[in-house]
Amino acid sequence: MAEPFLMRALLAGLGLAVVAAPLGCFVVWRRMAYYGEAVAQAGLIGIAVGLALSVNLTASVLAVTVAVSLLLVALSRQQIVPFDALLGLLAHAALAVGVIAASLARGPQLDLMAFLFGDIFAVSASDLRWIYLGGTLALGALIYLWRPLLSLCVHEDLAAAEGAPVERVKLVFVLVLALVVAMAIKIVGVLLTIAFLIMPAAAARPLSETPEQMALFAAIFGSLAVALGLFLSVSFDTPGGPSIVLVLAFLFLAAIFPAVVRGQR
Amino acid sequence: MAGSPQGLLARPTLAGHALPAEAYGRDQHHPPCEPEPRPTVPPAGDALFSARSVWLARAGRAILQSVDIDIAEGEILTLIGPNGAGKTTLVRVLLGLEKPDRGTVVRRPGLVVGYVPQRFAIDRAIPLTVARFIELGRRVEDEDAGRALADVGADKLADRQLSELSGGELQRVVLARALVGSPGVLVLDEPARGIDFTGEAELYALIGRLRSERGFGVLLVSHDLHVVMAQSDRVICLNRHVCCSGVPRSVAQHPEYARLFGAQAARALALYQHHHDHRHDLAGEPQTPAGRASDQT
Repeated sequence: MAEPFLMRALLAGLGLAVVAAPLGCFVVWRRMAYYGEAVAQAGLIGIAVGLALSVNLTASVLAVTVAVSLLLVALSRQQIVPFDALLGLLAHAALAVGVIAASLARGPQLDLMAFLFGDIFAVSASDLRWIYLGGTLALGALIYLWRPLLSLCVHEDLAAAEGAPVERVKLVFVLVLALVVAMAIKIVGVLLTIAFLIMPAAAARPLSETPEQMALFAAIFGSLAVALGLFLSVSFDTPGGPSIVLVLAFLFLAAIFPAVVRGQR
Repeated sequence: MAGSPQGLLARPTLAGHALPAEAYGRDQHHPPCEPEPRPTVPPAGDALFSARSVWLARAGRAILQSVDIDIAEGEILTLIGPNGAGKTTLVRVLLGLEKPDRGTVVRRPGLVVGYVPQRFAIDRAIPLTVARFIELGRRVEDEDAGRALADVGADKLADRQLSELSGGELQRVVLARALVGSPGVLVLDEPARGIDFTGEAELYALIGRLRSERGFGVLLVSHDLHVVMAQSDRVICLNRHVCCSGVPRSVAQHPEYARLFGAQAARALALYQHHHDHRHDLAGEPQTPAGRASDQT
Protein backbone atom coordinates (compact mmCIF):
# COMPACT_ATOMS: atom_id res chain seq x y z
CA MET A 1 0.00 0.00 0.00
CA ALA A 2 3.08 2.24 0.23
CA GLU A 3 3.51 2.66 -3.50
CA PRO A 4 3.86 6.44 -4.14
CA PHE A 5 1.35 6.50 -7.00
CA LEU A 6 -1.19 4.79 -4.76
CA MET A 7 -0.55 7.22 -1.90
CA ARG A 8 -0.99 10.16 -4.29
CA ALA A 9 -4.21 8.65 -5.62
CA LEU A 10 -5.54 8.18 -2.11
CA LEU A 11 -4.56 11.68 -0.98
CA ALA A 12 -6.10 13.23 -4.09
CA GLY A 13 -9.32 11.25 -3.70
CA LEU A 14 -9.71 11.99 0.00
CA GLY A 15 -8.99 15.71 -0.48
CA LEU A 16 -11.58 15.88 -3.20
CA ALA A 17 -14.13 13.90 -1.19
CA VAL A 18 -13.95 16.38 1.70
CA VAL A 19 -14.48 19.41 -0.58
CA ALA A 20 -17.08 17.67 -2.73
CA ALA A 21 -19.25 16.82 0.30
CA PRO A 22 -20.59 20.28 1.23
CA LEU A 23 -20.48 21.42 -2.38
CA GLY A 24 -22.42 18.33 -3.47
CA CYS A 25 -25.07 19.05 -0.83
CA PHE A 26 -25.62 22.50 -2.30
CA VAL A 27 -25.71 21.07 -5.82
CA VAL A 28 -28.42 18.65 -4.67
CA TRP A 29 -30.36 21.30 -2.73
CA ARG A 30 -30.21 23.82 -5.53
CA ARG A 31 -31.13 21.22 -8.18
CA MET A 32 -27.94 21.95 -10.07
CA ALA A 33 -26.88 18.41 -10.99
CA TYR A 34 -27.39 19.01 -14.70
CA TYR A 35 -25.83 22.41 -14.45
CA GLY A 36 -22.72 20.79 -13.00
CA GLU A 37 -22.86 18.09 -15.65
CA ALA A 38 -22.81 20.70 -18.41
CA VAL A 39 -19.88 22.50 -16.80
CA ALA A 40 -17.98 19.24 -16.33
CA GLN A 41 -18.49 18.09 -19.91
CA ALA A 42 -17.32 21.46 -21.13
CA GLY A 43 -14.12 20.66 -19.24
CA LEU A 44 -13.14 18.45 -22.17
CA ILE A 45 -12.83 21.58 -24.29
CA GLY A 46 -10.42 22.85 -21.67
CA ILE A 47 -8.38 19.68 -21.97
CA ALA A 48 -8.24 20.08 -25.77
CA VAL A 49 -7.19 23.72 -25.42
CA GLY A 50 -4.53 22.75 -22.89
CA LEU A 51 -3.17 20.01 -25.16
CA ALA A 52 -3.11 22.33 -28.18
CA LEU A 53 -1.35 25.13 -26.32
CA SER A 54 0.79 22.78 -24.17
CA VAL A 55 -0.19 24.52 -20.95
CA ASN A 56 -1.11 23.03 -17.57
CA LEU A 57 -4.30 21.07 -18.15
CA THR A 58 -5.88 21.91 -14.79
CA ALA A 59 -5.40 25.61 -15.55
CA SER A 60 -6.91 25.39 -19.02
CA VAL A 61 -9.80 23.26 -17.74
CA LEU A 62 -10.43 25.79 -14.97
CA ALA A 63 -10.49 28.64 -17.49
CA VAL A 64 -13.12 26.82 -19.55
CA THR A 65 -15.30 25.71 -16.62
CA VAL A 66 -15.36 29.28 -15.27
CA ALA A 67 -16.21 30.70 -18.70
CA VAL A 68 -18.98 28.15 -19.25
CA SER A 69 -20.39 28.77 -15.76
CA LEU A 70 -20.66 32.48 -16.44
CA LEU A 71 -22.22 31.79 -19.84
CA LEU A 72 -24.82 29.54 -18.19
CA VAL A 73 -25.63 32.18 -15.59
CA ALA A 74 -26.29 34.63 -18.41
CA LEU A 75 -28.36 32.10 -20.36
CA SER A 76 -30.45 31.16 -17.33
CA ARG A 77 -32.06 34.61 -17.48
CA GLN A 78 -33.87 33.92 -20.77
CA GLN A 79 -37.07 31.90 -20.66
CA ILE A 80 -37.83 30.91 -24.23
CA VAL A 81 -35.93 27.62 -24.01
CA PRO A 82 -36.34 25.73 -20.70
CA PHE A 83 -33.11 25.71 -18.74
CA ASP A 84 -32.85 21.92 -18.42
CA ALA A 85 -33.17 21.53 -22.20
CA LEU A 86 -30.50 24.18 -22.61
CA LEU A 87 -28.20 22.35 -20.20
CA GLY A 88 -28.67 19.05 -22.01
CA LEU A 89 -27.96 20.77 -25.29
CA LEU A 90 -24.86 22.55 -24.04
CA ALA A 91 -23.44 19.54 -22.20
CA HIS A 92 -23.49 17.41 -25.32
CA ALA A 93 -22.43 20.17 -27.66
CA ALA A 94 -19.46 20.74 -25.33
CA LEU A 95 -18.70 17.02 -25.28
CA ALA A 96 -18.77 16.88 -29.09
CA VAL A 97 -16.57 19.95 -29.44
CA GLY A 98 -14.24 18.61 -26.75
CA VAL A 99 -13.83 15.16 -28.32
CA ILE A 100 -13.22 16.62 -31.78
CA ALA A 101 -10.83 19.28 -30.52
CA ALA A 102 -8.94 16.79 -28.37
CA SER A 103 -8.45 14.35 -31.25
CA LEU A 104 -7.37 17.20 -33.54
CA ALA A 105 -4.93 18.42 -30.91
CA ARG A 106 -3.35 15.06 -30.27
CA GLY A 107 -4.33 12.89 -33.21
CA PRO A 108 -6.47 9.76 -33.08
CA GLN A 109 -4.07 7.93 -30.72
CA LEU A 110 -5.17 10.14 -27.85
CA ASP A 111 -6.38 8.21 -24.82
CA LEU A 112 -9.81 9.78 -24.50
CA MET A 113 -10.82 7.29 -21.80
CA ALA A 114 -8.43 8.91 -19.35
CA PHE A 115 -10.18 12.26 -19.81
CA LEU A 116 -13.72 10.91 -19.86
CA PHE A 117 -13.37 8.67 -16.81
CA GLY A 118 -10.31 10.09 -15.12
CA ASP A 119 -6.96 8.58 -14.30
CA ILE A 120 -6.55 8.76 -10.57
CA PHE A 121 -3.38 6.65 -10.59
CA ALA A 122 -1.70 9.22 -12.84
CA VAL A 123 -2.10 12.01 -10.28
CA SER A 124 1.19 13.89 -10.02
CA ALA A 125 2.63 15.87 -7.11
CA SER A 126 1.70 19.05 -8.97
CA ASP A 127 -1.92 17.81 -9.39
CA LEU A 128 -1.99 17.14 -5.69
CA ARG A 129 -0.88 20.70 -4.95
CA TRP A 130 -3.70 22.00 -7.17
CA ILE A 131 -6.23 19.85 -5.39
CA TYR A 132 -5.18 20.88 -1.89
CA LEU A 133 -4.75 24.58 -2.68
CA GLY A 134 -7.94 24.79 -4.70
CA GLY A 135 -9.75 22.57 -2.23
CA THR A 136 -8.82 24.77 0.72
CA LEU A 137 -9.97 27.84 -1.18
CA ALA A 138 -13.27 26.20 -2.16
CA LEU A 139 -13.93 24.85 1.32
CA GLY A 140 -13.14 28.24 2.88
CA ALA A 141 -15.56 29.98 0.52
CA LEU A 142 -18.31 27.45 1.26
CA ILE A 143 -17.90 27.80 5.02
CA TYR A 144 -17.85 31.57 4.75
CA LEU A 145 -21.03 31.59 2.62
CA TRP A 146 -22.73 28.72 4.44
CA ARG A 147 -25.59 30.71 6.00
CA PRO A 148 -26.61 32.83 3.03
CA LEU A 149 -26.24 29.82 0.72
CA LEU A 150 -28.49 27.77 2.93
CA SER A 151 -31.12 30.53 3.03
CA LEU A 152 -30.92 30.69 -0.73
CA CYS A 153 -31.51 26.95 -1.05
CA VAL A 154 -34.54 27.05 1.23
CA HIS A 155 -36.24 29.96 -0.51
CA GLU A 156 -34.49 32.38 -2.79
CA ASP A 157 -37.09 35.16 -2.74
CA LEU A 158 -37.40 35.00 1.01
CA ALA A 159 -33.63 35.34 1.36
CA ALA A 160 -33.59 38.26 -1.07
CA ALA A 161 -36.51 40.01 0.64
CA GLU A 162 -34.67 39.71 3.94
CA GLY A 163 -31.63 41.39 2.47
CA ALA A 164 -29.27 38.50 1.67
CA PRO A 165 -26.87 39.42 -1.17
CA VAL A 166 -28.43 36.73 -3.36
CA GLU A 167 -26.85 37.52 -6.72
CA ARG A 168 -23.34 37.81 -5.29
CA VAL A 169 -23.65 34.57 -3.32
CA LYS A 170 -24.94 32.73 -6.39
CA LEU A 171 -22.04 34.00 -8.46
CA VAL A 172 -19.43 32.94 -5.92
CA PHE A 173 -21.12 29.57 -5.67
CA VAL A 174 -20.95 28.84 -9.40
CA LEU A 175 -17.30 29.89 -9.40
CA VAL A 176 -16.53 27.49 -6.53
CA LEU A 177 -18.38 24.77 -8.42
CA ALA A 178 -16.30 25.50 -11.54
CA LEU A 179 -13.12 25.29 -9.48
CA VAL A 180 -13.95 21.96 -7.85
CA VAL A 181 -15.17 20.47 -11.13
CA ALA A 182 -11.89 21.45 -12.76
CA MET A 183 -9.99 19.72 -9.95
CA ALA A 184 -12.14 16.61 -10.04
CA ILE A 185 -11.86 16.05 -13.79
CA LYS A 186 -8.27 14.83 -13.44
CA ILE A 187 -9.38 12.23 -10.93
CA VAL A 188 -12.78 10.97 -12.01
CA GLY A 189 -12.99 12.38 -15.52
CA VAL A 190 -15.43 14.58 -17.39
CA LEU A 191 -18.28 12.08 -17.22
CA LEU A 192 -18.09 11.00 -13.57
CA THR A 193 -17.32 14.32 -11.86
CA ILE A 194 -20.92 15.16 -11.06
CA ALA A 195 -21.53 11.66 -9.73
CA PHE A 196 -18.67 12.23 -7.31
CA LEU A 197 -20.36 15.45 -6.16
CA ILE A 198 -23.97 14.39 -5.81
CA MET A 199 -23.80 10.72 -4.82
CA PRO A 200 -22.28 11.18 -1.35
CA ALA A 201 -24.76 14.01 -0.63
CA ALA A 202 -27.71 11.95 -1.84
CA ALA A 203 -26.59 8.97 0.25
CA ALA A 204 -26.26 11.23 3.31
CA ARG A 205 -29.76 12.73 2.99
CA PRO A 206 -31.85 9.91 4.54
CA LEU A 207 -29.58 9.79 7.60
CA SER A 208 -29.45 13.52 8.29
CA GLU A 209 -31.47 15.81 10.53
CA THR A 210 -29.54 19.01 9.83
CA PRO A 211 -27.78 20.46 6.79
CA GLU A 212 -24.41 20.25 8.56
CA GLN A 213 -24.94 16.57 9.36
CA MET A 214 -25.68 15.93 5.72
CA ALA A 215 -22.39 17.55 4.66
CA LEU A 216 -20.50 15.57 7.30
CA PHE A 217 -22.04 12.22 6.32
CA ALA A 218 -21.37 13.05 2.68
CA ALA A 219 -17.69 13.59 3.50
CA ILE A 220 -17.57 10.26 5.32
CA PHE A 221 -19.29 8.42 2.47
CA GLY A 222 -17.06 10.10 -0.10
CA SER A 223 -13.86 9.21 1.77
CA LEU A 224 -15.04 5.68 2.35
CA ALA A 225 -15.83 5.28 -1.33
CA VAL A 226 -12.41 6.60 -2.35
CA ALA A 227 -10.59 4.15 -0.05
CA LEU A 228 -12.78 1.18 -0.96
CA GLY A 229 -12.85 2.06 -4.66
CA LEU A 230 -9.06 2.29 -4.85
CA PHE A 231 -8.74 -0.99 -3.00
CA LEU A 232 -11.11 -2.68 -5.46
CA SER A 233 -9.36 -1.07 -8.37
CA VAL A 234 -5.94 -2.36 -7.27
CA SER A 235 -7.26 -5.80 -6.28
CA PHE A 236 -9.27 -6.50 -9.41
CA ASP A 237 -7.45 -4.25 -11.83
CA THR A 238 -10.56 -2.19 -12.56
CA PRO A 239 -10.44 1.50 -13.61
CA GLY A 240 -10.09 3.82 -10.57
CA GLY A 241 -12.74 6.50 -11.11
CA PRO A 242 -15.55 4.11 -12.09
CA SER A 243 -14.68 1.84 -9.13
CA ILE A 244 -15.14 4.78 -6.70
CA VAL A 245 -18.43 5.75 -8.33
CA LEU A 246 -19.62 2.14 -8.14
CA VAL A 247 -18.95 2.04 -4.40
CA LEU A 248 -20.83 5.34 -4.05
CA ALA A 249 -23.79 3.86 -5.88
CA PHE A 250 -23.89 0.94 -3.46
CA LEU A 251 -23.58 3.27 -0.47
CA PHE A 252 -26.48 5.31 -1.82
CA LEU A 253 -28.66 2.23 -2.28
CA ALA A 254 -27.86 1.01 1.22
CA ALA A 255 -28.68 4.42 2.71
CA ILE A 256 -31.95 4.93 0.84
CA PHE A 257 -33.15 1.33 1.21
CA PRO A 258 -34.64 1.57 4.74
CA ALA A 259 -36.59 4.70 3.80
CA VAL A 260 -37.94 3.01 0.68
CA VAL A 261 -38.96 -0.08 2.64
CA ARG A 262 -40.79 2.06 5.20
CA GLY A 263 -42.55 3.70 2.27
CA GLN A 264 -41.38 7.06 3.51
CA ARG A 265 -40.32 10.25 1.80
CA MET B 1 -38.13 28.37 -35.53
CA ALA B 2 -41.75 27.41 -35.98
CA GLY B 3 -43.96 29.21 -33.47
CA SER B 4 -43.19 32.83 -32.81
CA PRO B 5 -42.02 33.62 -29.30
CA GLN B 6 -45.10 35.77 -28.97
CA GLY B 7 -47.26 32.72 -29.57
CA LEU B 8 -45.36 30.66 -27.02
CA LEU B 9 -45.61 33.26 -24.32
CA ALA B 10 -49.12 34.48 -24.87
CA ARG B 11 -51.41 33.24 -22.17
CA PRO B 12 -54.87 34.28 -21.18
CA THR B 13 -55.28 36.47 -18.17
CA LEU B 14 -57.96 35.60 -15.66
CA ALA B 15 -57.00 32.02 -16.41
CA GLY B 16 -59.39 29.33 -15.38
CA HIS B 17 -62.43 31.52 -14.96
CA ALA B 18 -65.40 31.48 -17.24
CA LEU B 19 -65.70 35.02 -18.42
CA PRO B 20 -68.63 36.93 -19.79
CA ALA B 21 -68.08 37.68 -23.46
CA GLU B 22 -67.32 41.34 -22.86
CA ALA B 23 -64.51 40.46 -20.48
CA TYR B 24 -62.34 39.13 -23.30
CA GLY B 25 -62.03 42.65 -24.60
CA ARG B 26 -60.25 43.50 -21.36
CA ASP B 27 -57.16 41.53 -22.18
CA GLN B 28 -56.24 44.02 -24.89
CA HIS B 29 -54.04 46.94 -24.24
CA HIS B 30 -57.07 49.10 -23.58
CA PRO B 31 -58.60 48.01 -20.30
CA PRO B 32 -61.97 49.56 -19.60
CA CYS B 33 -60.81 51.62 -16.67
CA GLU B 34 -57.73 53.48 -17.75
CA PRO B 35 -55.42 54.83 -15.09
CA GLU B 36 -56.85 58.25 -14.44
CA PRO B 37 -54.57 61.09 -15.27
CA ARG B 38 -53.79 62.69 -11.95
CA PRO B 39 -51.16 64.97 -10.58
CA THR B 40 -48.08 63.12 -9.39
CA VAL B 41 -48.18 62.97 -5.64
CA PRO B 42 -44.79 62.88 -3.96
CA PRO B 43 -44.04 59.65 -2.04
CA ALA B 44 -45.63 59.71 1.38
CA GLY B 45 -42.84 60.50 3.84
CA ASP B 46 -44.35 58.67 6.78
CA ALA B 47 -45.30 55.51 4.86
CA LEU B 48 -43.65 52.12 5.33
CA PHE B 49 -43.64 51.57 1.60
CA SER B 50 -44.51 54.20 -0.92
CA ALA B 51 -44.58 53.56 -4.66
CA ARG B 52 -45.31 56.13 -7.34
CA SER B 53 -46.16 55.64 -11.03
CA VAL B 54 -44.80 52.13 -11.19
CA TRP B 55 -44.77 50.70 -14.72
CA LEU B 56 -43.61 47.23 -15.56
CA ALA B 57 -43.90 45.09 -18.70
CA ARG B 58 -42.73 41.55 -19.32
CA ALA B 59 -42.40 39.99 -22.77
CA GLY B 60 -44.17 42.96 -24.30
CA ARG B 61 -47.15 42.64 -22.00
CA ALA B 62 -48.02 45.39 -19.57
CA ILE B 63 -48.26 44.05 -16.04
CA LEU B 64 -48.29 47.21 -13.95
CA GLN B 65 -49.46 50.54 -15.31
CA SER B 66 -48.86 53.67 -13.32
CA VAL B 67 -49.49 52.11 -9.92
CA ASP B 68 -49.38 54.25 -6.79
CA ILE B 69 -49.50 52.58 -3.40
CA ASP B 70 -48.71 53.58 0.18
CA ILE B 71 -48.72 51.43 3.27
CA ALA B 72 -49.12 53.37 6.48
CA GLU B 73 -47.80 52.35 9.84
CA GLY B 74 -50.07 49.87 11.60
CA GLU B 75 -52.65 49.52 8.85
CA ILE B 76 -53.87 46.38 7.13
CA LEU B 77 -53.94 47.10 3.45
CA THR B 78 -55.48 44.43 1.26
CA LEU B 79 -54.60 44.14 -2.39
CA ILE B 80 -57.24 42.33 -4.39
CA GLY B 81 -57.63 41.64 -8.07
CA PRO B 82 -58.29 38.79 -10.49
CA ASN B 83 -55.61 36.30 -11.51
CA GLY B 84 -53.03 37.97 -13.70
CA ALA B 85 -53.79 41.41 -12.31
CA GLY B 86 -50.19 41.95 -11.24
CA LYS B 87 -50.67 41.61 -7.47
CA THR B 88 -47.67 39.39 -6.88
CA THR B 89 -45.55 41.46 -9.26
CA LEU B 90 -46.44 44.62 -7.36
CA VAL B 91 -45.46 42.94 -4.10
CA ARG B 92 -42.16 41.85 -5.62
CA VAL B 93 -41.50 45.38 -6.82
CA LEU B 94 -42.20 46.77 -3.34
CA LEU B 95 -39.84 44.21 -1.80
CA GLY B 96 -37.12 45.05 -4.29
CA LEU B 97 -37.19 41.57 -5.85
CA GLU B 98 -38.08 43.06 -9.19
CA LYS B 99 -37.11 46.39 -10.75
CA PRO B 100 -39.91 48.44 -12.28
CA ASP B 101 -39.37 49.85 -15.77
CA ARG B 102 -40.43 53.26 -14.51
CA GLY B 103 -41.50 54.76 -11.24
CA THR B 104 -40.13 55.00 -7.74
CA VAL B 105 -40.40 52.81 -4.68
CA VAL B 106 -39.47 54.30 -1.33
CA ARG B 107 -39.04 52.11 1.69
CA ARG B 108 -38.73 53.50 5.19
CA PRO B 109 -35.06 53.27 6.18
CA GLY B 110 -34.36 50.42 8.57
CA LEU B 111 -37.76 48.84 7.98
CA VAL B 112 -37.79 45.15 8.93
CA VAL B 113 -39.99 43.17 6.54
CA GLY B 114 -41.63 39.87 7.40
CA TYR B 115 -42.47 38.16 4.12
CA VAL B 116 -44.72 35.21 3.44
CA PRO B 117 -44.29 34.35 -0.24
CA GLN B 118 -47.14 33.07 -2.36
CA ARG B 119 -46.03 29.50 -2.77
CA PHE B 120 -43.73 28.11 -0.18
CA ALA B 121 -42.84 24.70 -1.50
CA ILE B 122 -40.88 22.65 1.01
CA ASP B 123 -37.69 21.33 -0.40
CA ARG B 124 -37.47 17.85 1.04
CA ALA B 125 -33.88 17.58 -0.12
CA ILE B 126 -32.79 19.85 2.74
CA PRO B 127 -32.91 18.36 6.24
CA LEU B 128 -34.10 21.26 8.40
CA THR B 129 -36.02 21.51 11.64
CA VAL B 130 -38.68 24.15 12.16
CA ALA B 131 -36.55 25.87 14.84
CA ARG B 132 -33.59 26.04 12.48
CA PHE B 133 -35.75 27.37 9.66
CA ILE B 134 -37.01 30.19 11.89
CA GLU B 135 -33.49 31.42 12.64
CA LEU B 136 -32.04 30.73 9.21
CA GLY B 137 -29.82 33.47 7.84
CA ARG B 138 -30.03 35.80 10.85
CA ARG B 139 -29.43 36.08 14.55
CA VAL B 140 -32.56 35.23 16.50
CA GLU B 141 -33.11 35.05 20.25
CA ASP B 142 -34.64 31.72 21.29
CA GLU B 143 -37.26 33.66 23.20
CA ASP B 144 -38.31 35.63 20.12
CA ALA B 145 -38.56 32.47 18.01
CA GLY B 146 -40.54 30.68 20.72
CA ARG B 147 -42.97 33.56 21.03
CA ALA B 148 -43.51 33.73 17.26
CA LEU B 149 -44.24 30.00 17.11
CA ALA B 150 -46.61 30.28 20.08
CA ASP B 151 -48.37 33.24 18.46
CA VAL B 152 -49.30 31.16 15.43
CA GLY B 153 -50.10 28.09 17.53
CA ALA B 154 -47.11 26.13 16.26
CA ASP B 155 -45.01 25.87 19.44
CA LYS B 156 -45.20 22.07 19.37
CA LEU B 157 -43.64 21.95 15.93
CA ALA B 158 -40.21 23.41 16.81
CA ASP B 159 -38.31 20.11 16.66
CA ARG B 160 -40.13 18.65 13.68
CA GLN B 161 -38.54 18.38 10.26
CA LEU B 162 -39.89 20.92 7.78
CA SER B 163 -40.47 18.11 5.31
CA GLU B 164 -42.93 16.39 7.67
CA LEU B 165 -45.33 19.31 8.03
CA SER B 166 -48.77 19.50 6.49
CA GLY B 167 -49.67 22.44 4.27
CA GLY B 168 -51.46 24.27 7.06
CA GLU B 169 -48.66 23.67 9.57
CA LEU B 170 -46.06 24.86 7.10
CA GLN B 171 -48.05 28.01 6.46
CA ARG B 172 -48.11 28.78 10.18
CA VAL B 173 -44.38 28.18 10.45
CA VAL B 174 -43.63 30.50 7.53
CA LEU B 175 -45.82 33.12 9.19
CA ALA B 176 -43.96 32.61 12.48
CA ARG B 177 -40.69 33.17 10.67
CA ALA B 178 -42.04 36.44 9.29
CA LEU B 179 -43.01 37.55 12.83
CA VAL B 180 -39.49 37.11 14.22
CA GLY B 181 -37.24 40.14 14.53
CA SER B 182 -39.95 42.74 15.30
CA PRO B 183 -41.01 43.46 11.71
CA GLY B 184 -42.43 46.89 10.92
CA VAL B 185 -44.48 45.39 8.13
CA LEU B 186 -45.76 41.95 7.19
CA VAL B 187 -46.14 41.20 3.51
CA LEU B 188 -48.43 38.23 2.96
CA ASP B 189 -48.98 37.04 -0.60
CA GLU B 190 -52.13 34.91 -0.63
CA PRO B 191 -51.17 33.29 2.67
CA ALA B 192 -54.26 31.09 2.70
CA ARG B 193 -53.44 29.20 -0.47
CA GLY B 194 -53.96 25.50 0.12
CA ILE B 195 -55.76 26.02 3.41
CA ASP B 196 -59.43 25.13 3.73
CA PHE B 197 -62.06 27.78 4.18
CA THR B 198 -62.30 27.64 7.98
CA GLY B 199 -58.53 27.70 8.26
CA GLU B 200 -58.46 30.71 5.98
CA ALA B 201 -60.88 32.72 8.12
CA GLU B 202 -58.91 31.72 11.24
CA LEU B 203 -55.63 32.77 9.66
CA TYR B 204 -56.94 36.23 8.82
CA ALA B 205 -58.39 36.63 12.31
CA LEU B 206 -54.95 35.71 13.69
CA ILE B 207 -53.25 38.29 11.50
CA GLY B 208 -55.73 40.92 12.65
CA ARG B 209 -55.11 40.04 16.29
CA LEU B 210 -51.32 40.11 15.92
CA ARG B 211 -51.50 43.47 14.22
CA SER B 212 -53.47 44.87 17.18
CA GLU B 213 -50.92 43.45 19.65
CA ARG B 214 -47.75 44.36 17.84
CA GLY B 215 -48.77 47.32 15.73
CA PHE B 216 -47.01 46.38 12.49
CA GLY B 217 -48.40 47.29 9.11
CA VAL B 218 -49.72 44.49 6.90
CA LEU B 219 -49.86 44.22 3.15
CA LEU B 220 -52.17 41.35 2.36
CA VAL B 221 -52.71 39.97 -1.11
CA SER B 222 -55.95 38.17 -1.74
CA HIS B 223 -58.09 37.22 -4.70
CA ASP B 224 -61.19 37.28 -2.57
CA LEU B 225 -62.27 40.43 -0.76
CA HIS B 226 -64.94 38.91 1.42
CA VAL B 227 -62.85 36.61 3.57
CA VAL B 228 -60.43 39.39 4.41
CA MET B 229 -62.95 42.18 4.61
CA ALA B 230 -63.43 42.21 8.37
CA GLN B 231 -59.67 42.50 8.96
CA SER B 232 -58.81 45.12 6.36
CA ASP B 233 -58.52 48.83 7.01
CA ARG B 234 -58.14 49.70 3.39
CA VAL B 235 -58.49 47.87 0.09
CA ILE B 236 -56.83 48.47 -3.24
CA CYS B 237 -58.38 46.76 -6.19
CA LEU B 238 -55.74 46.11 -8.82
CA ASN B 239 -56.10 45.12 -12.42
CA ARG B 240 -52.68 46.15 -13.70
CA HIS B 241 -53.53 49.62 -12.50
CA VAL B 242 -55.37 50.72 -9.39
CA CYS B 243 -59.04 50.39 -10.32
CA CYS B 244 -60.47 51.59 -7.07
CA SER B 245 -59.49 51.86 -3.47
CA GLY B 246 -60.94 52.76 -0.12
CA VAL B 247 -62.48 51.14 2.95
CA PRO B 248 -63.60 47.55 2.26
CA ARG B 249 -67.29 48.33 2.09
CA SER B 250 -66.93 51.09 -0.44
CA VAL B 251 -64.72 48.94 -2.65
CA ALA B 252 -67.18 46.04 -2.50
CA GLN B 253 -69.87 48.38 -3.79
CA HIS B 254 -67.72 50.09 -6.36
CA PRO B 255 -68.88 49.58 -9.94
CA GLU B 256 -65.30 48.79 -11.04
CA TYR B 257 -65.11 46.04 -8.44
CA ALA B 258 -68.40 44.55 -9.59
CA ARG B 259 -67.25 44.74 -13.19
CA LEU B 260 -63.96 43.06 -12.39
CA PHE B 261 -65.31 40.25 -10.28
CA GLY B 262 -68.90 40.03 -11.47
CA ALA B 263 -70.74 36.82 -10.71
CA GLN B 264 -67.68 35.29 -9.08
CA ALA B 265 -67.71 37.86 -6.30
CA ALA B 266 -71.41 37.46 -5.70
CA ARG B 267 -70.92 33.73 -5.35
CA ALA B 268 -68.04 34.17 -2.91
CA LEU B 269 -70.21 36.52 -0.91
CA ALA B 270 -73.02 33.98 -0.76
CA LEU B 271 -70.58 31.34 0.42
CA TYR B 272 -69.22 33.65 3.04
CA GLN B 273 -72.67 34.41 4.36
CA HIS B 274 -73.61 30.79 4.37
CA HIS B 275 -70.52 29.88 6.31
CA HIS B 276 -71.17 32.45 8.99
CA ASP B 277 -74.87 32.18 9.71
CA HIS B 278 -75.07 28.43 9.06
CA ARG B 279 -78.34 28.81 7.33
CA HIS B 280 -79.19 25.98 4.99
CA ASP B 281 -81.23 27.76 2.43
CA LEU B 282 -82.91 25.10 0.33
CA ALA B 283 -83.78 27.51 -2.40
CA GLY B 284 -80.16 28.59 -2.51
CA GLU B 285 -81.17 32.12 -3.42
CA PRO B 286 -78.52 34.59 -2.35
CA GLN B 287 -79.67 37.93 -1.03
CA THR B 288 -78.65 41.06 -2.87
CA PRO B 289 -74.85 41.15 -2.57
CA ALA B 290 -74.60 44.86 -1.86
CA GLY B 291 -77.06 44.71 1.01
CA ARG B 292 -75.30 41.70 2.47
CA ALA B 293 -71.89 43.25 2.18
CA SER B 294 -72.93 46.25 4.21
CA ASP B 295 -73.92 44.00 7.10
CA GLN B 296 -70.45 42.80 7.64
CA THR B 297 -68.27 45.55 8.90
